[in-house]
Amino acid sequence: MEFFRIKRDIPFMSYGRYTTAISLVTFLLAVFFLATKGLSFGVDFTGGTVIEVHYAQPADLAQVREQLGAAGLPDAQVQNFGSSHDVLIQIPLKKNIAGAKLSEQVVSALHQHDASVEMRRVEFVGPQVGRDLINNGAMALLLVSLGIVGYLWIRFEWKFGLSAIIANLHDVVIILGFFAFFQWEFSLSVLAAVLAVLGYSVNESVVVFDRIRENFRKMRGAEVTEIIDNAITRTMSRTIITHGCTQMMVGAMLFLGGETLHYFAMALTIGIMFSIYSSVLVASPILLWLGVSREDFIKPEKVESEEVLP
Amino acid sequence: MNRYPLWKYLLILAVLLAGLIYTLPNFFGESPAVQVLPLRSSLKADTVLLGRVEVALKAAGLNAEMIELEGTSIKARFADTDLQLKAKDVLKAQLGEDYVVALNLLPRSPQWLTSLHALPMYLGLDLRGGVHFLLQVDMKAALDKALEAATGDIRMALREENIAYSGVSREGNILLVKFRDAAARSKGEEQLKQRFADYALTGKEEGGEFLLQAKLKPEAEHRIEESAVQQNLLTLRNRVNELGVAEPVIQQQGADRVVVQLPGVQDTARAKDILGRTATLEVRMVDDEHQVGAGGVAPFGTEMFKDREGNTLLVKKQVILTGERINDAQPGFDNRNNEAAVHINLDGIGARKFKDATRENVNKRMAIILFEKGRGEIVTAPVIREEIGGGRVQISGKMTTEEAQDTALLLRAGALAAPMEIVEERTVGPSLGADNIARGFNSTKIGFMLIAVFMVAYYMMFGTISVLALAANLLLLIALLSMLQATLTLPGMAGIALTLGMAIDSNVLINERIREELRNGITPQAAIHAGYENAFATIIDSNITNLIAGIALFLFGSGPIKGFAVVLCLGILTSMFSSVLVSRAIVNLVYGRRARLTNVSIG
Repeated sequence: MEFFRIKRDIPFMSYGRYTTAISLVTFLLAVFFLATKGLSFGVDFTGGTVIEVHYAQPADLAQVREQLGAAGLPDAQVQNFGSSHDVLIQIPLKKNIAGAKLSEQVVSALHQHDASVEMRRVEFVGPQVGRDLINNGAMALLLVSLGIVGYLWIRFEWKFGLSAIIANLHDVVIILGFFAFFQWEFSLSVLAAVLAVLGYSVNESVVVFDRIRENFRKMRGAEVTEIIDNAITRTMSRTIITHGCTQMMVGAMLFLGGETLHYFAMALTIGIMFSIYSSVLVASPILLWLGVSREDFIKPEKVESEEVLP
Repeated sequence: MNRYPLWKYLLILAVLLAGLIYTLPNFFGESPAVQVLPLRSSLKADTVLLGRVEVALKAAGLNAEMIELEGTSIKARFADTDLQLKAKDVLKAQLGEDYVVALNLLPRSPQWLTSLHALPMYLGLDLRGGVHFLLQVDMKAALDKALEAATGDIRMALREENIAYSGVSREGNILLVKFRDAAARSKGEEQLKQRFADYALTGKEEGGEFLLQAKLKPEAEHRIEESAVQQNLLTLRNRVNELGVAEPVIQQQGADRVVVQLPGVQDTARAKDILGRTATLEVRMVDDEHQVGAGGVAPFGTEMFKDREGNTLLVKKQVILTGERINDAQPGFDNRNNEAAVHINLDGIGARKFKDATRENVNKRMAIILFEKGRGEIVTAPVIREEIGGGRVQISGKMTTEEAQDTALLLRAGALAAPMEIVEERTVGPSLGADNIARGFNSTKIGFMLIAVFMVAYYMMFGTISVLALAANLLLLIALLSMLQATLTLPGMAGIALTLGMAIDSNVLINERIREELRNGITPQAAIHAGYENAFATIIDSNITNLIAGIALFLFGSGPIKGFAVVLCLGILTSMFSSVLVSRAIVNLVYGRRARLTNVSIG
């Protein structure tokens, strides 16, 4: 079986204008939604309390709200979580009540009306911790970006490092844009997924770059655009199949992994989709635009030949 | 060209065999168990204790699958949780207060595996259920207390040496000692310099008064903070022991935070109750001279606190003793009237201070104040009947046995040196933990099967080899996680799934390269060789960028994210081994021997 039997190179670089326009529009849309709607940060970052309870029979949310209101928690958010039996209660940070006490208060209030209530999970995060997590997340993002640029610089050339990281940060912004648009909860595990995507989709660029470098050596006399087109065309089959396989795994998590893994897998899914696009149609045009040339790889020979001349 | 020397096959075989052995314990599962640990260092877990446990269980008719002495504890394994709970009750009643009897899970793997240190993966709290707390130590309060205690000590020192002074006061972090004349000050300075090495002293004249400024040296400040955290760690350890948890984790995190993890704790309310009493204890004198109504303002140098019945009492600000001076506290009975009482044992410094304070204050009341989150409550305010020397103190009167036990527990656990606050809590019920395992396992299984079916259909023989390499990757990853006993969390399980999904990339790269070389018209043997050679540099590059992301996540991630990062990093390493070496070895075995290979099955 073979899906891709492409005889002639696809002239990706001549589509550069359109693809750049497309990614610019998606990028700006993502930034727009991030600016206007903002991320719906989870309790990990904002601080507050999340309580998951399980009922023996389908839970009546209105009643749960009422019971919590009566217990002095009118601002509790109550929603189903995964199934009709499971209820997720979110309570914002409060000055005068310690989080540790709050969960007991909630569970005992619910117990009074229905003895079958089972406490499944409590997460309380104080304000100090949330701030630290945001700082650490930003530090991790910075470190990953610098590390990747540095590595690609050593391994290839600074132009490759720069274009790869631009393409991948573009992916990251788009993932965040999706989370802002749909107001999905942005939790610690989503942040982990975003950072994993950063490492993963750089892969993609690396595979194409490797081919570009190889082509510079092999295809003497070819135009730079031809070299890039050939590299992309010949790695395309691998790109689609690899991402397809990774997506099978991520898809299994998305549908079978339960609520906790759902948004983690969602961030990965969006990241995988866009990394195919960005590594091919964003990183390579930027590389071209930065003026990559054969001389970037075949410098030493030139210096030597100059010395030999009389 | 596609042949490995024998040693390479043997090496790969040995690695896979080791992987298999260390993965095995995960299949045997775990049995409910009871663990017995001595609470005090004077008691040892030895064969005598082992005998007592055996006899006690036999007498109660409870059959243990296995009882053994391991390290500092005795473990007894049971067939079901019902027996386990009964055994816990029996042992608790038999062994008394000196031992912790905790519920635990023990691997059911056979002895020969355990003796190879082959243990199942260590499950995180989100998979086995339990409580995770992050507590923050209030450093400002620790310093405040040290300064407040120093104020009292300076007064005492000057009085002992008969040096005339007119007052000691505190301004922010500076203590001010006022003297009547320069001679007294120089004498005082000499004395204080000897006794208070932690303070930097400077003289100052202001409005005709001779002042001496004492400022805490930075290194002393640092030491106080450090010891506050250490003291709190110790206290928390004692409290957790009272809870009876088999494998608690109590660690310092950063400069001023403490992590407490209590795996398997099901009664979370009680855990929070005991740990949540992040309290400090102070002994001060009651001010009976001033009378202030409920709404009034406390006079200078005193504070108002309520006792347990809600009555307000005026208490002097000066601290006689803090909780750290308490060595031991036990509930008991007053010999004279058989009332419930608490017996307290003070350390040397505490005993001296207590003796001085009681001598000077006979027939006055002292208050033992418990501070919880900045709010003080008077536990008890007994009248001092006589001078108490030797550091043995008894508090009695108006107490139930339970109250005496409660008070003793708080005192014994040695009240914390500085208040702490829970800044993060994650509790996972046992049923959710089991669900999480099932979900993580299922999604990995389904994902793996999908990939396997696709790879075999698309690449035929080479696809099958890729799947075998992927299976080897999974085996090695689980073996490595079991060997390192790294904590496996739900994000960690997601990490396993994700690394498997990403690891197939290397094989896809290789297979595509081989196809391409074949298309270019070279012989199959050469194509296989070139395919592996050419793909290798790309595989290294892409795995290293992944590894960079993994390491950054590990450095800056916390809790569950760290678990994800560990799996990601280890998975990248095992995938490089399996997708390059293992798959190549199989390819070589299948195709490498044939000299005239005309056709390979690669779809």
